[in-house]
Amino acid sequence: MSDTNSVAIMNQVPDAAAGVRAESPLHHADLATVAHKGNKIGGVHFREVGLMGHLTLRCDPNNAELIGAAARVLGVELPLTPLSSVESGGTIVRWIAPDEWLITVPNDQSFDLETRFRAEMSGHYSLVNGSGGLTIYQVSGENVVDMLKKSTPVDLHDSEFPVGKVVSTVFAKSGAVIRRTGANEFELLVRRSFADYLWLWIQSASAEFGLVVEA
Amino acid sequence: MTQKNRLQSGGRIDRSKALTFTYNGKEYKGFEGDTLASAMLANGIDVIGRSFKYSRPRGIVAAGAEEPNAVMQLGATEATQVPNVRATQQELFDGLVSGATNGWPSVDNDLMGVVGKVGGKMMPPGFYYKTFMYPQSMWETYEKFIRKAAGLGRSSLENDPDSYEKINQHCDVLVVGAGPAGLTAALTAGRAGARVILADEQSEFGGSLLSSRETLDGAEASQWVEKVTAELAGMKEVMLLPRSTVNGYHDHNFLTIHQRNTDHISDKAPAGQARQTLHRVRAKWVVLATGAHERPLVYGNNDVPGCMIASAVSTYINRYGVVPGNELVVMTTNDGGYQAAFDWQDAGRKVVAIVDTRQNPQGAQVAEASKRGINLIKGSGVIDVAGSKRVTGVSIATLNAEGTAVQGSVTKLSADTVATSGGWSPVIHLAGHTGSRPVWDDKVVGFLPGPTVEKRLVAGAIAGDFTTAGALAQGAEAGRKALAELGLGQAEIELPATEEVVVHPPMTLFQIPHLKKTSEAPKQFVDYQNDVTAAGIELACREGFESIEHVKRYTALGFGTDQGKLGNIAGMAIAAKATGRTIPETGTTIFRPNYTPVTFGAMVGRDRGELFDPKRYTAMHKWHVENGALFEDVGQWKRPWYFPKAGETMQQSLDRECKATRESIGILDASTLGKIDIQGKDAREFLGRVYTNAWAKLAVGKCRYGLMCGEDGMVFDDGVTSCLGENHFVMTTTSGGAARVYEWLELYHQTEWPDLEVYFNTVTDHWSTMTISGPNARKLLQELTDYDVSKENLGFMDWREMKVAGVPARVFRISFTGELSFEINVQANFGLQVWEKLFEHGAKYNLTPYGTETMHILRAEKGFIIAGQDTDGSVHPYDLGMGWAVSQQKPFSFIGKRGMAREDCVRENRKQLVGLKTTDPTIVLPEGAQGVFDPKAPIPMPMVGHITSSYWSANLGHSIAMGLVKGGLDRMGEKVYYPLADGRVVEAEICSPIFLDPKGERQNV
Amino acid sequence: MLHIYCPHCCEYREEEEFHVKGQAHLARPLDPEACSDKEWGEYLYFRKNPRGLHHELWVHAAGCRKFFNVTRDTVSYEIKEVYLIGEKPSVVAASVSAK
Repeated sequence: MSDTNSVAIMNQVPDAAAGVRAESPLHHADLATVAHKGNKIGGVHFREVGLMGHLTLRCDPNNAELIGAAARVLGVELPLTPLSSVESGGTIVRWIAPDEWLITVPNDQSFDLETRFRAEMSGHYSLVNGSGGLTIYQVSGENVVDMLKKSTPVDLHDSEFPVGKVVSTVFAKSGAVIRRTGANEFELLVRRSFADYLWLWIQSASAEFGLVVEA
Repeated sequence: MTQKNRLQSGGRIDRSKALTFTYNGKEYKGFEGDTLASAMLANGIDVIGRSFKYSRPRGIVAAGAEEPNAVMQLGATEATQVPNVRATQQELFDGLVSGATNGWPSVDNDLMGVVGKVGGKMMPPGFYYKTFMYPQSMWETYEKFIRKAAGLGRSSLENDPDSYEKINQHCDVLVVGAGPAGLTAALTAGRAGARVILADEQSEFGGSLLSSRETLDGAEASQWVEKVTAELAGMKEVMLLPRSTVNGYHDHNFLTIHQRNTDHISDKAPAGQARQTLHRVRAKWVVLATGAHERPLVYGNNDVPGCMIASAVSTYINRYGVVPGNELVVMTTNDGGYQAAFDWQDAGRKVVAIVDTRQNPQGAQVAEASKRGINLIKGSGVIDVAGSKRVTGVSIATLNAEGTAVQGSVTKLSADTVATSGGWSPVIHLAGHTGSRPVWDDKVVGFLPGPTVEKRLVAGAIAGDFTTAGALAQGAEAGRKALAELGLGQAEIELPATEEVVVHPPMTLFQIPHLKKTSEAPKQFVDYQNDVTAAGIELACREGFESIEHVKRYTALGFGTDQGKLGNIAGMAIAAKATGRTIPETGTTIFRPNYTPVTFGAMVGRDRGELFDPKRYTAMHKWHVENGALFEDVGQWKRPWYFPKAGETMQQSLDRECKATRESIGILDASTLGKIDIQGKDAREFLGRVYTNAWAKLAVGKCRYGLMCGEDGMVFDDGVTSCLGENHFVMTTTSGGAARVYEWLELYHQTEWPDLEVYFNTVTDHWSTMTISGPNARKLLQELTDYDVSKENLGFMDWREMKVAGVPARVFRISFTGELSFEINVQANFGLQVWEKLFEHGAKYNLTPYGTETMHILRAEKGFIIAGQDTDGSVHPYDLGMGWAVSQQKPFSFIGKRGMAREDCVRENRKQLVGLKTTDPTIVLPEGAQGVFDPKAPIPMPMVGHITSSYWSANLGHSIAMGLVKGGLDRMGEKVYYPLADGRVVEAEICSPIFLDPKGERQNV
Repeated sequence: MLHIYCPHCCEYREEEEFHVKGQAHLARPLDPEACSDKEWGEYLYFRKNPRGLHHELWVHAAGCRKFFNVTRDTVSYEIKEVYLIGEKPSVVAASVSAK
């Protein structure tokens, strides 16, 4: 039996013709208005990048066949070094665990990517669409590390946390996958249900530096 | 009032900046650079409180963290009240409002002084323990003392208006203390580029150098401090934290630092600033350069205001320009005590005498005293002081060579201040927090930090070297050692030249003998804060408490916020003497975090108010709010509880929601259910091992309910799992159990059955789940989908993929209400759109949103359990009457199978879940009510089980309940009685828990 | 607050990222049905509580969600080693006392 029959996959994104509005986890916060009315300068900048496609791939990192197939589908090698990531074109692949990677693509490409994985890969692996359950917070600015230090116990010093590093960790009383994307730029992957709590948290923790919301 | 004790010049205060402060309702003046304590002394305030047990007047004794008496209540308003602030650590600011912690109506003349004397006799050592042996009627007499003992001062009854920060820090080297040793350690490490944190509890760096008259490189020591501090401040990787007390040293070099950002500026932090910051530091190496505390000597009435430690007297004079009295007597066992007399004399006040307990003291200090014409009394001690609210005189007697007995006659001298030095105790508190036992050192006459597994170094006075030169050198050495251990290369620093000091041997003496034996002599205080006397310690030893840990607990020595800073060593010495042992044999107690009190605000940080705990929301939350839902906490989720309409009571809302669902259609946001995606060729096998029922034959497109048990056979979660593909399932769990089940699956997979090819992924947040339930559910769904959802095409316990309102969905025909139900799952980004579309089309069917309460009622009408409500970890599937969900045919011994076969699980008369119908149908039994078979049985009545679920059923017109009853499944039709707290005894009949539609015809249409 | 090296993430993390799951190396009996009530009871409930070296199961709950073993001294809280599921500890009580 081929994988496409043994596993149910579904294009979860409605056709554009259906005219269905998609709402990111912070939709209710109306960041566009906040951005318009709020601070224009400040030590911390915040932006939600919602509605992306997020796929979790699980497979044995020692299985060269699977790893090779994944690389062919993604167009980049899976990062096998713990806590590393690769970014190519619009695709980000993050190491989450020795047998787990979190892949981010534009949401309308996730079904296509899923389909290609299922066609290309066989054997023991899993691929799960988690797009509805995650959102990305981009945080940056000269005080971004100061804000993050209030929020997470991991060491964010450049020497310990270089650009490209990824950690899954505690963030406030919730969790986040943190990736450094620049000297003063980080990306936080957070769960939908915790999104509002973490947004409130970041506003509070950034207040002393001035928070600039972008949309 | 004028500052009668303020010098015209000198000190590190700014006389051009006068500050006003209030103490016990009266205004006083001080200067910028003062502490509250130095300002109080400048104003001649002698009594700053009453001792908590004996209610004796107390004055300021010390000048730093070790101050035991001047523990003040601060705050200009109710909201900004702060208890437990040491006046010696509180910097003065304009408008500071302070009050004494103990003593009412006033510390100078209070009623408690009388009561206290009685109380004192009534409160021997071991008071706390003895009290509990008294009859209860005595309690009220003691309670007020207990209350006072439980904590000094009071906290605000209002919300704290300030904000607090909590920050995680990481560093290569954390240096604790910025005296000479700490500064050279930090400078050495910093120069090599190490990530350094240097923390000091004082407002300025420098430690002992700030109040000393020693020179460094021939200039005032403060100049060197300024130079080093400036260099450190310029280093990118060095963080300097003044006003920051390192309070806790926890495992693996995790330390907490309590930084006071604005306490020196104002009562309430200026807008936008955090009042305090708690740093949570993980340090690769720690250098403790915490210095030493001078020990006061123990002598008669040594707690009368005016009795101080010698170095504190020098500090007040040199650092604050305050001479805390007019006529000074110094008593010392070592060279160190002399300096207080010299500083006092230089300040222009009278030194009555230096009393040296050594028979024949020698050296520069002795010569200097003689040169200054000071009356030096050798081989003697102050055995007692006169006065109550201030020292008025001293009794001096000659001692024997060992200092154990008084010899000869007593001389009385007039004096208002007694400064004593019993040597120095290294500040080893932090070194002991992780369990390392301090080690006695005869030469140091004190305890030194013991061996540790932590990556920790010590430098300076804490290591037993009390000289400035030693501190400077040891600090630099500690810095180099840390660098070497860290592999960070080398760095050298140039040490400043110090004055040469030759120290002559001190005398090992802690308690000055009296003419009378200790138990009859005037009170000789060891621990001021806890009112522990030498006699009390002796009594404890006589009563058989030999272990120092027992003596501590029996007497309260070193308890509370004091943590034995001043009194511990003397206390150990007295206990050692009383039990005929040496101090090392007696040992010492272990100090605990925190070193000084930490505010709750700093510990809490921003985890308060809205951010106290995460609130988890579904994609439809906004709709629920807009439609008037009240919410219930389910774990961290905010779930709609019910949706009241204007003017409705809760019960009216529930009745309406329940009826609408059974009569037409209701809708529930079920997004919070845990959802776990399971893939792999062994997924089916895995399910068979973790669920009690069979999964081998579940076809693609089908759903099945499953029970999960622990290895003990007890139910811990349940839910529906659906076969999405031959190798693909989605499991649902209870809302509260999702994380636990997910971790549990991983545990078995990773540790027991790694050979099974299966992967688990949580998809709880990914899907929005809305359940439409009721006779019109199919009609509504059909309006929104092209897929044929007829009975024939989408049967009970089937799932299908289809578009609902244009959105790709998985629709599961499963039911928790017993009605025709469809659970619609769409990617959460589209959840609210689909929900709203359902309402657009559902209005004509009176589509009614309902919450968790109606869900609970509807399922209880059907006898469906809620894991965690109807089960409690002691209930197996057969107890629930759910043997149908257990497959004994499966080849693998699934989790729970062996457990539920244990002797106790198969015995007769276990508590079993049954339905209960009250004889009076209007009575709704309280959940948790305990049942009995015989309501006339004598107390204690044999209890037979409790009510687990109980509701008013509007659909049935009577109350319904489920409960555990001993042997219940075999007692159908029998009566159980529920005696309630209000005196009623409610009769109920045991029945099937399926109250409605026992054949399941409603859901099978 | 322990500082724990995750052998999967290959770096030290704070204790708050981890959950401790109790004594390590408690293998589920291969044939539970063959166990007496006493044997099953021992598997279920009886745990060591040593003063000194203890082998514990931990999970990097907020990180990679992998389980692993920790050998920890229950007196000093020192972590002597971490090792993977399926591996045996190299630091055991006897080897320490022999030092």
